[in-house]
Amino acid sequence: MSKMKGAIVVNTDRCKGCQLCIVACPQDVIALAQKKVNVHGYPYVEPANADKCVGCASCAVVCPDGCITVYRKKVEE
Amino acid sequence: MAEQNNKTNQQEVKLMKGNEAIAHAAIRCGADGYFGYPITPQSEVLETLAVLKPWETTGMVVLQAESEVASINMIYGGAGAGKRVLTSSSSPGVALMQEGIAYMAGAEIPGLIVNVQRGGPGLGTIQPSQSDYFQATRGGGNGDYYVITLAPNSVQEMADFVDLAFELAFKYRNPAMILSDGVIGQMMEKVVLPEQKPRRTEEEIRKECPWASMGRTPDRDPNVITSLELKPEVMEQRNLHLQAKYAEIKEKEVRFETQQMEDAEYMIVSFGSASRIAEKAIELAREEGIKAGLFRPITLWPFPEKQIAEMVKGKKGVLVAEINAGQMVEDVRLSVNGAVPVEHFGRLGGIVPDPEEIVNALKEKLMSRK
Amino acid sequence: MENNIISPENLVYKKPTLMNDTPMHYCPGCSHGVVHKLVAEVIEEMGMMNKAVGVSPVGCAVFAYRYLDIDWSEAAHGRAPAVATAIKRLWPDRLVFTYQGDGDLACIGTAETIHALNRGENITIIFINNAIYGMTGGQMAPTTLLGQKTATCPYGRTPELHGYPLKMTEIAAQLEGTCYVTRQSVESVGSIRKAKKAIRKAFEASMQGKGSSLVEIVSTCNSGWKLSPVKANEWMKEHMFEFYQKGDLKDTTEL
Repeated sequence: MSKMKGAIVVNTDRCKGCQLCIVACPQDVIALAQKKVNVHGYPYVEPANADKCVGCASCAVVCPDGCITVYRKKVEE
Repeated sequence: MAEQNNKTNQQEVKLMKGNEAIAHAAIRCGADGYFGYPITPQSEVLETLAVLKPWETTGMVVLQAESEVASINMIYGGAGAGKRVLTSSSSPGVALMQEGIAYMAGAEIPGLIVNVQRGGPGLGTIQPSQSDYFQATRGGGNGDYYVITLAPNSVQEMADFVDLAFELAFKYRNPAMILSDGVIGQMMEKVVLPEQKPRRTEEEIRKECPWASMGRTPDRDPNVITSLELKPEVMEQRNLHLQAKYAEIKEKEVRFETQQMEDAEYMIVSFGSASRIAEKAIELAREEGIKAGLFRPITLWPFPEKQIAEMVKGKKGVLVAEINAGQMVEDVRLSVNGAVPVEHFGRLGGIVPDPEEIVNALKEKLMSRK
Repeated sequence: MENNIISPENLVYKKPTLMNDTPMHYCPGCSHGVVHKLVAEVIEEMGMMNKAVGVSPVGCAVFAYRYLDIDWSEAAHGRAPAVATAIKRLWPDRLVFTYQGDGDLACIGTAETIHALNRGENITIIFINNAIYGMTGGQMAPTTLLGQKTATCPYGRTPELHGYPLKMTEIAAQLEGTCYVTRQSVESVGSIRKAKKAIRKAFEASMQGKGSSLVEIVSTCNSGWKLSPVKANEWMKEHMFEFYQKGDLKDTTEL
């Protein structure tokens, strides 16, 4: 049995905390980093539940600033 | 006689209107495109181009735009892409173009605008005038800028100034204008048309215009044609750079002509068609024993201020004869700086004065002074 | 575990290279960013980075030229189609497109939009319609909906005072010069995929000399609408899509 496992890398300096990725993610991977802002003063997101990521790239596709890079790999269970 | 005819045949002497000469000259100087809108008294420019079909010979684009606003923005686009492009219009249409001209000055792109002036203000009349002198030389749009302005007074100069205007525009990356009027646009004279110059290749354009937005090459950064800069410190530098450029143009590009000034006591300053009338006026004046001479600015901007200041020394007075309510006279007054009396003569509403009127003005306004 | 997934051979998606690293000035959640990404991706996929010339508007996207590494010409308000007309006619092998907002395209630039489209200029006009003037602080746009509140219609747009919203895309579909006229959006993965296809089709059509294309993207302006980005998308789906119906209004490209 194999399944897809994904991982995202968020450019937190570029992120503006708009949360559209959070809405787009089917797996509840992403959340706003709590009580943190980046160098521009924006709150930003992080993969809070990274294990759930399947690498669908929905987050990256909807991101208006192109902050998210997505990786995906087939892993054997 | 036969040899003379052969020479003139080779030189292609033709009889045509000033407007037509602009069209022929544009094709021959290798212009890449004309974008314009009909308006009296200059629609022959576009009509002549349409008849000549240069898109089939030199590949020059000719497009009737939907308005003068669209026309000047097409010039902006083409010039910003490194191409030799021109438009033509008359006073009310040129008023519409002022935004685009200011953008071109701000973005530092070279294009040519021909204004065949008519009476105003507003819709005005279709008869000739010279009442756009301010609009042309004061930067009729917004901001601190100038337009290199050439004032032809013959059909020959209409033909010759097209290439000259392009040369100056590209040399300084600034819009240039041929400020003509309905007399010169519509009158027919002999003209020797320039030799056909080939249109520049892409390689030549990239070399002449490395700043142009025409599609990148991998060896350079992207180009952006824009007049926008929101950081004041940077914008100040941009403007200072423009001012330095204008100072250089003022230094190097003044053009003028004089006639019979060597022994003149009175100087008549005239440009464009008024200067042709003034030539005759001087002839008439001299017949009456009045020593008048002509100073004809050819570049209205840069204005020949130093040359006028020099030449009025020892004169009894200056009469500025222009077909408007008094526009160039202000620049003449600034140049003369109080050294001698300066008076203005003009007609309005599209009326073109007779030479006798200029002679009378000279007598009444200057010679009867104590 | 995560570490051996994050590795170049597993790359699925990243920001297109043509979109540089300059932080974009758009508000968080602004649709402009997504459309910029799509334009960059399409140009890259077509291999046209060195042939593309973009014409940017006056509006929030005036600085589009900072973010996509192609040659740009910044046009006066509304005049982009005229600027693009000249560039394309003078350099016929270039990929020429305009990128304009609703005020630029449907208000001050109405004549230039209609005439360039009607002449069938081989350009693409990308129309970002968010029913408001974002850059200048949220004033009414020609596409503002009846009842919608903006800075210059604070009690809601009414026909008596303000006239009706204008559907430029429907007008464009009736012009003979157009070959492809479509209305899309970019709020979901599915709609983004369609919007990208639309942009690609329009760009291809212009390179094949098939005429003019208009790609409208119904968009959000969360700042102007005074909603969060997420809520703005919801408002758009609920109100804008009803009036500005998505889909292809005209397609004679055979692409």
